[in-house]
Amino acid sequence: METLINKLKKAAPRATLLMALAAGSTLQSCGDPDTKGNAKDDAVASNAAEAVYVAPGEHDELYSFLSGGFNGQVSVYGLPSGRLLKIIPVFTQFAENGYGYNEESKAMLQTSHGFVPWDDLHHPKLSRTDGMADGRWLFVNGNNTPRVARVDLKTFETVEIMEIPNSAGNHCSPYPTNNNEYVLAGTRFSVPLDMKGGTQDVSLSDYKDKFRGSISFIKVDPEHGDMELDFQILVPGFDYDLANGGKGPSNDWVFFTTYNTEKSATLKELGASQNDRDYLAAINWKLAAKYAAEGKAKEMPANYYHNKMDHGSHTAKSTVKKTVRYLLPEDCPGMMYLLPAPKSPHGIDVDPTGEYMVVNGKLASSLPVFSFSKMQKAIEDKDFDGEVNGIPVLKYESVLKGEVKEPGLGPLHTEFDGKGNAYSTMFVSSEVVKWSLEDLQVKDRMPVYYSPGHLMIPGGDTREPYGKYMVVMNKITKDRFLPTGPELMHSAQLIDISGEKMKMILDFPTVAEPHYAQAIKADLVAPNSVKFFKLDENTHPEAVKNEKDVSMTRNGRTVKVNMTSIRSHFTPDNIEGVQVGDTVLFHVTNLEQDWDVPHGFAVMGANNAETLIMPGATQTLRWVPKQAGIFPFYCTDFCSALHQEMQGYVRVSPRGSNVPITFSTGEKKPVPPASASVN
Amino acid sequence: MKNQAEKVKKMIMKPLQFGAVALLCGAMLVGCSSGDTENTAADEQEEVGLASQAAEAPVEDDGKGVGPVKTVEVGEGIDEALAAEGKTIFEGKCSACHQLTDQKIVGPGLAGVTERRKPEWIMNMIINPEVMTKEDPTAKKLLGEHLTQMTNQNITEEDARALLEFLRQNDTKG
Repeated sequence: METLINKLKKAAPRATLLMALAAGSTLQSCGDPDTKGNAKDDAVASNAAEAVYVAPGEHDELYSFLSGGFNGQVSVYGLPSGRLLKIIPVFTQFAENGYGYNEESKAMLQTSHGFVPWDDLHHPKLSRTDGMADGRWLFVNGNNTPRVARVDLKTFETVEIMEIPNSAGNHCSPYPTNNNEYVLAGTRFSVPLDMKGGTQDVSLSDYKDKFRGSISFIKVDPEHGDMELDFQILVPGFDYDLANGGKGPSNDWVFFTTYNTEKSATLKELGASQNDRDYLAAINWKLAAKYAAEGKAKEMPANYYHNKMDHGSHTAKSTVKKTVRYLLPEDCPGMMYLLPAPKSPHGIDVDPTGEYMVVNGKLASSLPVFSFSKMQKAIEDKDFDGEVNGIPVLKYESVLKGEVKEPGLGPLHTEFDGKGNAYSTMFVSSEVVKWSLEDLQVKDRMPVYYSPGHLMIPGGDTREPYGKYMVVMNKITKDRFLPTGPELMHSAQLIDISGEKMKMILDFPTVAEPHYAQAIKADLVAPNSVKFFKLDENTHPEAVKNEKDVSMTRNGRTVKVNMTSIRSHFTPDNIEGVQVGDTVLFHVTNLEQDWDVPHGFAVMGANNAETLIMPGATQTLRWVPKQAGIFPFYCTDFCSALHQEMQGYVRVSPRGSNVPITFSTGEKKPVPPASASVN
Repeated sequence: MKNQAEKVKKMIMKPLQFGAVALLCGAMLVGCSSGDTENTAADEQEEVGLASQAAEAPVEDDGKGVGPVKTVEVGEGIDEALAAEGKTIFEGKCSACHQLTDQKIVGPGLAGVTERRKPEWIMNMIINPEVMTKEDPTAKKLLGEHLTQMTNQNITEEDARALLEFLRQNDTKG
């Protein structure tokens, strides 16, 4: 892929890579930046502003959740306005609210490799009820240090992160089945498993014999959403790229694209492109679960972290799991099949009826559409074309409905509008192509800017897509927004797909590199949104629910300050008796019971961070003063007219001094009449 | 600051049309603001005063405040059990900002509040503080004086009634 991009860049140095659509393969540069407006004029509908305008004070129709890619976060945008509503930190420390910095949330980022505060987040997937997004949770994957996380959509906070053992590059993940029975996570890079929770120290030339992949089956508690790794299937040592679940007739199945069926360990760009065909792996998840339950699963030692945020104390705890169960496909007939797919396939997308599986072959000139009913028939008839590691390979012709001919260059992903149309991104030719599932003919094309990866239609992967909008996530942003140096926000483009022809209606910048997105109607999420945490339900062991209960205690070299914040003061705000080198734990409880009044807490010279405490919650900031003196602390989040006055002092005395521990807030004293007093 | 001075000028244009008192006031203000950036305290002071006094037609004020509480039955004596309940709520949700004496901390001291205000007003202030400081003339003045928006502690009508009883008890103690 990289070389292709480079070639294109050389051919068109201004890099406005618009495809001459009719020619199909000729590339044309727009040249002079001044004329680039032409592309805009052609593509943008004249009523675009009206179509995306959400008046001040009004709300968007939809929430959309865009993965942040290399920033490890999820960003939430309103649609159609493209307004950024929130950034949710998942696999990364977050300087806005102290996630991963404060003592309560540090455990969320623990792994068997230690504290890993930055990961690559690829795919958000909404939880489902009866095949439709239900607005309860969002599952996302950490790609680099394999993890799956769950975000609770009541609070828009990450509440659970589970490390995935026997995985390396958790890319085809996390895909929920239609009632969240399982969330599936597959490995992108295969590794030589040592069957003890780690990888073997082997020569890289032994790839073919020793490397394996894994598909993890994560069980989801139907009421609370808590995850549990039920079992894994150890699969041949290919690279597993993307996944998608079936629906309707294919409800029991999940599909994974694979590449590097050559099992090459080096220069994969070339080595993994030798075979004419790679595979689509089809797994009957229900049968797999049955095999696992019936005792076909074996157990091996493992070592992985499972981190959960407690609802009441807002405190995360890690558990280390020591075993994992696994199935081998060769022991489980009927559980897994391979379908020959075009070279280096990327996206696999199942249409709303559950009958068609579209495989997007990055390097293929046509887009094959498989038929689920034909696949069933081929299995029944044992229409096989050999086998790999005991897994039958089905005959291409036996499972194919047909191919979309010359769809464009570099098909990556497809989504559906629920009206019989599919939309595919063409990475190399920078366009979205609309085609019909019925006759596989191209119906419309729209240039996008530039190099689109995923595209998303709200509910586009469910039974009933909300076929009004499509968001296309582009990898390259140059010339869409004012320049900001070498690094640009990636662009997303909103396209109206309600009519026959696609209409471009909005460009908006996205944070880091979104890989995929999901969207849901606002009324499925907004009514459940938590506005503050009930102080009565705060079970944090260091919580102080009443100013008269604040305390300060020394235990060896640790000083604990259990304090409160409310508009516009801290209690206590005068603290003495701390010594150089003490570990001071500020446990701050926000006493507010009101929406949108978090209080911040920052102390001068803290080497860790600041924190932000939601109304009704308790958060802890750890501070080790290194020198004697007076250190101010203050609230960092504007809270009232007297916000600036919301501060206090800590006196730090030399080690071994005899300053007693004292703390206070205010003395009774006459308050001068307010200067702004009204008679 | 210049903008603020201009804002003050604009705000006084309306009252200027209404007779001598306003004119006098206005003349003073113009004097201040023509001093440009120097006398900022005075500008702010007068701006607050004007914002709450000018422009709007006087609201009919029955002293009950704005909110869900229209009438409250208050007994002759104090319901001690209810007051005790109120005390617990007060300590958890109110004492961070209010003293039971006449001492101001963040908000006003509450000694004598049940004599100054109608019971309905007190409960509405507890339940509905944002609307009160926007719409009720007395609450508006208090915001001007204390400059901190009273916190909405999401107190139920039932709990507000208990708080009222506790404040009544506080006021009968003398």
